[in-house]
Amino acid sequence: MDGIMSKNNLEYLIERNDNVYEVVIGLEVHAQVTSNSKLFSSSSTKFGAEPNTQVSLVDAAFPGMLPVINEYCVKQAIKTGIGLNAKINNKSVFDRKNYFYADLPQGYQISQYKYPIVGEGNVILDMPEGQKLVGIERLHLEQDAGKSIHDVDPNNTLVDLNRSGVALMEIVSKPDLRSPDEVNAYIKKLRSIMRYLGTCDGNMQEGSLRADVNVSVRIKGSTDLGTRCEIKNVNSIKFMQMAIIYEANRQVDLIEEGEKIDQETRLFDTKKNETRSMRSKEDAHDYRYFPDPDLLPLEVTDEFIDQLKSEIPELPDDKKKRFIDEFKISPYEATILVSDIDTAKYFEEVVAKMGKNRDMKLAVNWITGELFALLNNKNIEINQSPISAKNLAKLINLIKNGTISGKIAKTIFELMLDGDIDPQIIVEEKGLKQESDPKALETLIDKIINENREKAIEYKQGKEKLFGFFVGQAMKASGGKANPQLINEILKKKL
Amino acid sequence: MTEITSLSLFELIKSIKEKKISSYEAAKSFVDRSEKSKKLNAYVTENFENCLKISKKFDSNPNFDLKLPGIPIAVKDLFCTNEVRTTAGSNILNNFVPNYESTVTQNIWNEGGILLGKLNCDEFAMGSSNETSFFGNVQNPIAKDLVPGGSSGGSSSALAANLTPVTIGTDTGGSIRQPASFTGTVGLKPTYGSCSRYGIVAFASSLDQAGPMSKDVKDSSILLEVISSFDKKDSTSIDFKRNNYSSELTRNIKGIKIGIPKEYRVDGMSDEIENLWKKGIEYAKDCGAEIIDISLPHTSYALPTYYIVAPAEASSNLARYDGVKYGLRSSGESLIDMYEKTRSEGFGEEVKRRIMIGTYVLSSGYYDAYYLKAQKVRQLIKQDFDQAYNKVDAILTPSTPSSAFKIGEKSNDPVSMYLNDIFTVPVNLAGLPGISIPAGTDKNNYPLGLQIIGKPFDEQTVLNIAYSMEEKINYKNNITDWWME
Repeated sequence: MDGIMSKNNLEYLIERNDNVYEVVIGLEVHAQVTSNSKLFSSSSTKFGAEPNTQVSLVDAAFPGMLPVINEYCVKQAIKTGIGLNAKINNKSVFDRKNYFYADLPQGYQISQYKYPIVGEGNVILDMPEGQKLVGIERLHLEQDAGKSIHDVDPNNTLVDLNRSGVALMEIVSKPDLRSPDEVNAYIKKLRSIMRYLGTCDGNMQEGSLRADVNVSVRIKGSTDLGTRCEIKNVNSIKFMQMAIIYEANRQVDLIEEGEKIDQETRLFDTKKNETRSMRSKEDAHDYRYFPDPDLLPLEVTDEFIDQLKSEIPELPDDKKKRFIDEFKISPYEATILVSDIDTAKYFEEVVAKMGKNRDMKLAVNWITGELFALLNNKNIEINQSPISAKNLAKLINLIKNGTISGKIAKTIFELMLDGDIDPQIIVEEKGLKQESDPKALETLIDKIINENREKAIEYKQGKEKLFGFFVGQAMKASGGKANPQLINEILKKKL
Repeated sequence: MTEITSLSLFELIKSIKEKKISSYEAAKSFVDRSEKSKKLNAYVTENFENCLKISKKFDSNPNFDLKLPGIPIAVKDLFCTNEVRTTAGSNILNNFVPNYESTVTQNIWNEGGILLGKLNCDEFAMGSSNETSFFGNVQNPIAKDLVPGGSSGGSSSALAANLTPVTIGTDTGGSIRQPASFTGTVGLKPTYGSCSRYGIVAFASSLDQAGPMSKDVKDSSILLEVISSFDKKDSTSIDFKRNNYSSELTRNIKGIKIGIPKEYRVDGMSDEIENLWKKGIEYAKDCGAEIIDISLPHTSYALPTYYIVAPAEASSNLARYDGVKYGLRSSGESLIDMYEKTRSEGFGEEVKRRIMIGTYVLSSGYYDAYYLKAQKVRQLIKQDFDQAYNKVDAILTPSTPSSAFKIGEKSNDPVSMYLNDIFTVPVNLAGLPGISIPAGTDKNNYPLGLQIIGKPFDEQTVLNIAYSMEEKINYKNNITDWWME
């Protein structure tokens, strides 16, 4: 029952009995605010601490304890709003969302309901078929709940309140997404923007970024929205995509069978790869939202917002434009290089260190080729790269100025790994300088032709494939150091 | 010499500063009298031994620069006190011992006050007679089987019976002023935001305010000076310039304009109250005040508004008492079962009633009709006062529509109980300062109080008017110590 991709490969469509359905997706992303302390208390937010060691009286909702807003978290939310090209609201209100659960100490979550801190905005997605604008409905600040642990004690549920009260930004998209690929691009772009801003580390393994996924389907071409189901708390892009594919097909099947889709909240079972009903609309909580009387409305002045605007770094879309203009690289290459802030920083540092005689093509190829492969292999991030941007720039310059061949460069690259060694030193110590003296190379080639007379004749008789054999022999005899371009020229002449 | 326990706070401080009596002697007198007054049931938790110990320590190295040098003080059991059980009058917090201190009580200890004990109150401050307390009824020292008012009923009883020189209460809809009125004592509810709510068990956050209760107006000014402070731990605390209320206290109120709101002349108001009010107006005139008739047109909506807003906030504020983290936990088959049993056994009838009302008015489909509308009316009530204060400096009203009633008389009739707050709730809804001072008695010789309402942050004028009228009224409680063992 997997979805059938349509022929042009750009749209995600589901075909059943001559009906073609499209999927309408909206995301509610919960992004943990990068901040040392919680939204309404001074407790630490550090990940991975012993259970219940980062809990203040406020976080545990002791009698008489009161929330006090953390200004830093407010700034982070506003910065994120600016990064999403969104309207920042001068006045927003914290509300209480009331429900009982063991890991919700107050019996309510402090959130923003009617008046969020950030209003409408948008995000640009770079899809293979071109750019797509995804609308942002709103961004609001709220508290995270604690964690219920059901699998440690056979008879009891244990509660860890370390996460209780940690600041989250809920970023709600408009129902503008149409495929699992777009969801992938959207989450990555959102993550990228927030990492540029330093407002969320985007670490999905640690739960810093998770999403509720709203899915509905409709006949392609229709403008009405179908009944949606909300898939709660999905914590990886892959699972989001799997959940969407399952859920969209489930809904199409129901429609095709003439049944109605119930608006409901569902859970994605990652083991069985299916979504399951959690609660129906009738069972939906009545959260009894009302303004939290412990907190005054949050008011921010235009000056405050302007100050934050002036602190916003260059964001991925602008950086991409500049890379294309300034470095004359392709939009595709620029997209890859700006997608992660650390990659962009690394690239810019390589460019700077390459100096005047820089070769952008080499730089892009080495970073997206050799370096990415290395990082991928070692499963590390670029800011942990064993080869510094400075030394990679040197290596690229050695290729550019003909000191070494690309092939030798790969050998040197391997040698550099062991403690970020200067490639120049490796070249000198190992004597890997490229042989570019035509006389020396001629002597070498003469010798090879002499030793392989028969093959030389066969070549002259038309067996052109043998040219490669001679190149290989020459390179081998030179210990790989021979300038391949010169070898080619001389061989052509001599043969 | 007068008994130590019948001294006013001002006199007691003076005596201690002049070394006529020691802190220990003072503490011992109040402890002894409290020990003999168990019939009043004013205390939930006694801190007597500790109090005596600390008073001795004070005497060994006294600091007379403090505002409350070695003064023993019992406080309402709604204030969290470090290492001393804090129950809020509820079974659900029966065993709760905080490891932190409320800002208001901390301010008192910082100025040399010593905790004498925790005083009974209506459960979570929900009540007007102290009859909703899990720890039983409190007797009004004025007469046997008379309620002391509520919710700060233990406080008013202990104060009137001279078990503590002064005390502090909390006032959400009249919980300081009404019990003060019922016991012939003085009770002041400051402007919302004057006293920090940090560490006070919350009832209705947008209305709750701590305040002093005392035998006379001067004592309230001394205590207000100590407890009123800007506190960053309470986001609704307000950073305004606070007076030295006691040293700026004056009886010169010449030319002050006092408004008399016609809407407070409610249907069925007894002649006794009507006459008391008239007498009050004459006293105010005698003091040099100018009397001006004013209108507060939305007054009749105050009580229904209050009984939507307060339960709504309470229903949410009390959600934290779920048996998971602290306090009472009943065993249950599942989480939901545990919640239901804990809260069924932990909360009393009145608290449950208000949680249900509050839950109802916030429910989807009812929110706009009740909660939202109530918030709009609340704004109108505020505007009434704003407009009145263009013409007058303060407002004079009766504190309550009747004197203290018998225990059990109204406990089965919540609406008639709620009507007790009719003159006090508008003040909470508008966040204004208000004081109740004893002004006379009814036919049974039970005390009756008058209320003076001021402009926001203008506690000084309220205190000055009260101080001036107090002298003219010259009220004295006639207490026979009938309960003493």
